[in-house]
Amino acid sequence: MTGAAAQGAAAQAATLISRSEYCVVACAEAWRDNGEILAAAMAPVSSFGARLAKRSFAPELLLTDGEAMLVGLDGEVEGWLPYRRHLTMVTGGKRHVMMGASQIDRYGNQNISCVGDWSRPARQLLGVRGAPVNTLNNPVSYWIPRHSPRVFVERVDMVSGVGHDRAAAAGATRFHRIPRVVSDLGVFDFETPDRSMRLASLHPGVTVDRVRQATGFDLVIGDDVPYTREPTAEELRLIRMVIDPDGLRDREVTAS
Amino acid sequence: MSDKTMTPEEVVGRLRSGMTIGIGGWGSRRKPMALVRALLRSEITDLTVISYGGPDVGLLAAAGRIRRLVAAFTTLDSIPLEPHFRAARERGAFAMTELDEAMFMWGLHAAANRLPFLPVRAGLGSDVMTVNPELRTVRSPYADDEGGYEEFVAVPALRMEAALVHVNRADRLGNGQYLGPDPYFDDLFCEAADTAYVSCERLVDGFGSDTVPQTLLIGRHCVTGVVETPNGAHFTSCVPDRDRDEPFQRMYATTPWSVFAERFLSGRSEDDYQRAVQAWHEEQR
Repeated sequence: MTGAAAQGAAAQAATLISRSEYCVVACAEAWRDNGEILAAAMAPVSSFGARLAKRSFAPELLLTDGEAMLVGLDGEVEGWLPYRRHLTMVTGGKRHVMMGASQIDRYGNQNISCVGDWSRPARQLLGVRGAPVNTLNNPVSYWIPRHSPRVFVERVDMVSGVGHDRAAAAGATRFHRIPRVVSDLGVFDFETPDRSMRLASLHPGVTVDRVRQATGFDLVIGDDVPYTREPTAEELRLIRMVIDPDGLRDREVTAS
Repeated sequence: MSDKTMTPEEVVGRLRSGMTIGIGGWGSRRKPMALVRALLRSEITDLTVISYGGPDVGLLAAAGRIRRLVAAFTTLDSIPLEPHFRAARERGAFAMTELDEAMFMWGLHAAANRLPFLPVRAGLGSDVMTVNPELRTVRSPYADDEGGYEEFVAVPALRMEAALVHVNRADRLGNGQYLGPDPYFDDLFCEAADTAYVSCERLVDGFGSDTVPQTLLIGRHCVTGVVETPNGAHFTSCVPDRDRDEPFQRMYATTPWSVFAERFLSGRSEDDYQRAVQAWHEEQR
């Protein structure tokens, strides 16, 4: 195919691929080449991403049943992971988690604890949970299904997950890693001189302006932002027929 | 050897206002709810509560019994946000020591091992340090691979005056057995406490020769009292004996506190509560 023809074919395929399917693939990519570690995810699309990675390019990944067992793709038990051992997996670095975020800032500081003044919050959320220990010990990526200025904020109200600036100031960078942030609009990383958030790729159908308007701080945006890669035909089959046949991904990702 | 069995009322009779009390389980899983309900029937208040929080925290917070909560979260699991905990925090009803989950665990380990603190690579850089200005750090006396001396948070021991936990089986001497997939941290709670009270689904006369050794979680040497409370974790899960009562939990989460308390918590005993739950379920059919 000529370049133009290839582009045309890609564009045609793109119209058939839903936004949520790009999101699943973008989440899956977080676990590429991670080795024999636990792929932990909390939400539907990020969990589908972990399963897609394991079913395709990263079969060595470990998964849990959401409680205390390590299970294979067929649900067969292969190990025991009660909370006390789960926490050792975190501190031992044998895990890459994709957490959510009620708020996240340009350096990747994340908040799931509360909104407003901590001493008497306007909205109490979960609490910091394990976000502090996670961010200082095992790689932490984020999945944010609704990209908006209320989530991507200038400053988070209660730093739960530690971002690059705070980790550096605290001298706690030894195992600190935030490989990527995936939202319904694109993929973001921190490959910048001051470790502030950069637009790494746009999901097809999304413009740079749209991302800029939905973000409450100045993103680093290069001149030539690539598109998020398309799922392969086999990946699409896995997502649609095997991993999420009920289409829960389109309930979590409603943007178009 | 002494028979440690007692009633929920007898357990609560040994507790006092102002005490620091740890509550086992995790979120809406294997919580000693019958003992919490007995607490709610008493006048005991002004408590410091240490918990991987679930509806135990929600109930005590709604009833105004908590002076300070030590927790990393409070959740109903299938319902992420505990409504009564939320409401209490948003009206500034109690003080809080908000810790990370791992900091919390190492605080229990420190208390169980009679250590003043343990070093943890968690908390630094987060606002856990800001909202708990009493937290101190400690520097490793050993050089790491790069010749540096890493700084850690020195998590203080989470010592408590009483621990309340719920397990599947227990004997009269205080040995406790869990049969589900996760022990949570119930053994540590008992070891970190001056007194520990274990409620169970069923009291047994010994565990039998086919017992899986690893299920014997709680040793009688750190247990003060044993209470048989069938369905005593309700409405939290206590697998394999009982799943979480999801319809009831949904109702709990959506019913105004005064209405819920009047219908389910105004009785004089745990039996009254269990009867009220049964009646509610019959209405739903």
